[in-house]
Amino acid sequence: MTGSVAIGPTDTKARATPLAMNKAVPRPRVNGRAIVMGLYLLFLMLPIYWLVNMSLKTNAEITSGLTLWPQDLTFDNYRTIFTDESWYSGYINSLTYVLINTVLSISFALPAAYAFSRYRFLGDKHLFFWLLTNRMAPPAVFALPFFNLYSAVGLFDTPWAVALAHCLFNVPLAVWILEGFMSGVPREIDETAAIDGYSFPRFFVKIFMPLIASGIGVAAFFCFMFSWVELLLARTLTSVNAKPIAATMTRTVSAAGMDWGLLAAAGVLTIVPGALVIWFVRNYIAKGFALGRV
Amino acid sequence: MTLVLDGISKKVGASVHVDDVHLTLERGSLNVLLGATLSGKTSLMRLMAGLDAPTSGRVLVDGQDVTGWPVQRRSVAMVYQQFINYPSLTVYENIASPLRVSGVARSEIDERVRDAARLLKLEPYLDRKPLNLSGGQQQRTAIARALVKRADLVLLDEPLANLDYKLREELREELPRVFAASGAIFVYATTEPSEALLLGGNTATLFQGRVTQFGPTPQTYRQPHDLVTARVFSDPPLNTLKVRKSDGAATLSTGGQVPASGPLAGVPDGEYTVGFRAHHLNLEPTGTHEITIPATVSVAEITGSESYVHLDAGDHRFVALVPGVRRLEPRSPVTAYLDPRRLFLFDEDGRLASADPSQKAA
Repeated sequence: MTGSVAIGPTDTKARATPLAMNKAVPRPRVNGRAIVMGLYLLFLMLPIYWLVNMSLKTNAEITSGLTLWPQDLTFDNYRTIFTDESWYSGYINSLTYVLINTVLSISFALPAAYAFSRYRFLGDKHLFFWLLTNRMAPPAVFALPFFNLYSAVGLFDTPWAVALAHCLFNVPLAVWILEGFMSGVPREIDETAAIDGYSFPRFFVKIFMPLIASGIGVAAFFCFMFSWVELLLARTLTSVNAKPIAATMTRTVSAAGMDWGLLAAAGVLTIVPGALVIWFVRNYIAKGFALGRV
Repeated sequence: MTLVLDGISKKVGASVHVDDVHLTLERGSLNVLLGATLSGKTSLMRLMAGLDAPTSGRVLVDGQDVTGWPVQRRSVAMVYQQFINYPSLTVYENIASPLRVSGVARSEIDERVRDAARLLKLEPYLDRKPLNLSGGQQQRTAIARALVKRADLVLLDEPLANLDYKLREELREELPRVFAASGAIFVYATTEPSEALLLGGNTATLFQGRVTQFGPTPQTYRQPHDLVTARVFSDPPLNTLKVRKSDGAATLSTGGQVPASGPLAGVPDGEYTVGFRAHHLNLEPTGTHEITIPATVSVAEITGSESYVHLDAGDHRFVALVPGVRRLEPRSPVTAYLDPRRLFLFDEDGRLASADPSQKAA
């Protein structure tokens, strides 16, 4: 502050010169903000547009040259995905393990987060931090042990294999998010409910969960998102019966070469669930990224 | 019911929150817990409610040992200083919640909720969510919930501290009246001596987790058994000075010597602490045999019809509450007058050595 005051006079002088020039040579007004924003949106939307664009073209058009919009509009790619079992089963498999994982993660994280939020016990802070360190290891580290373990117990190539494996990353995240939301609820509410006569389970479901509903939504969203986009574990732990859509997409190089249009359509359909889920929690996402601590 | 706290203590780590408290609270009585912040009022209430278990000692309800019983099994209602309601429920459902849990018939719930709402002037707001109400209305909702339950033990932990002046006056008047009909043991925690006096009933003074005295409020106020109780139950703070009594005369720590009259007459020679309340220190002589203390004015605060005059006398700082508006210049010399009959005399251990038995201080 003091610095800018000290250089004040020179500062004004320096600014005075271009101002005077501006007066002498009038130029058309340029809205700098609109340009920056426009470019930002353009770069942001371009890949998505290109994907949608490709999905509505024929392979011949895609490979023949650059067209900004489909010259020969076709929905064949989407039709293939919705009718060919090898395609749509990928979505079903993915959704199955994602949903199992989300439900598991939230149901384990709720009581854990409550304990971290409300009770003091030996090593609670260390345990709480240790949970998060699970996210610091790359999934590849766990791929081999999981593969071996699940093969041994007969879970390999089932939705449960992937769902359980993803819990390793999602339960800690959900605990952290939910703990933040729970700590925002005054402890006195718990006590008032106990005084009113609520048993703990009844209080938890009827009073407490509605109070952290947005937190549960955000935590579920993060679990869904991670599980939906995770490829490595999902592909390692499945082969045929539980093959996720992301794996299906990476393996589609047929004898006829790449089926570009079909892949693009699959890509578009893969974005849709995430976009739908994000719509429901759009108002709480920021708080979720801050792990509920805003 | 009768609630008996039999030597209960609560320790958390190395710190003692409640220290060996013995209290007997009778059915239908109004009891005030008076003490400064962190004196253990809330901890004591939580032990009474059963939200915490005491480290040692027993809690007896009608002679039955309920120590360690979960709060759900006890007949307790509690109101916190913060306005605690269920934000997701309407005011009506908030008030109804203890009745719903205990399975009271729907028609009776409705009747009792509406009765409580009428008593606490909440009728127009029954369909609203608590967070859309003013602080006073939120606290009324919490009080109504405590009321409908018809609990045997009603605990109010500084319920009015977060309300503005006007509402506080209003609710303080209503509260004992509202709960009087229920025959419950009513416990009210406050930091303000004046609130205890306005509520009446019994007062327990708390200091560092100990109950220093328990008895009818006016008696506790007028006849404190020790210096700590007198300090807790004085606002503005109790004025104190040291005296040394020898050969029928008393030497004051502010300088000067006075004949040993009043309570000083009846005690053996030795060192004592003299305590007196602000309204017993006058700036004009009001009678004979008064102790005179030369002092200088530090600050004079005017509260409408009365003035608090802060005085420096030697190393001591006294507060005098004098009637009327007194415009006194800082550092101007004055003489303070003190009727020896108004003194509390405490021995070196802080126990009351003597007070004039005829004392009717108010």
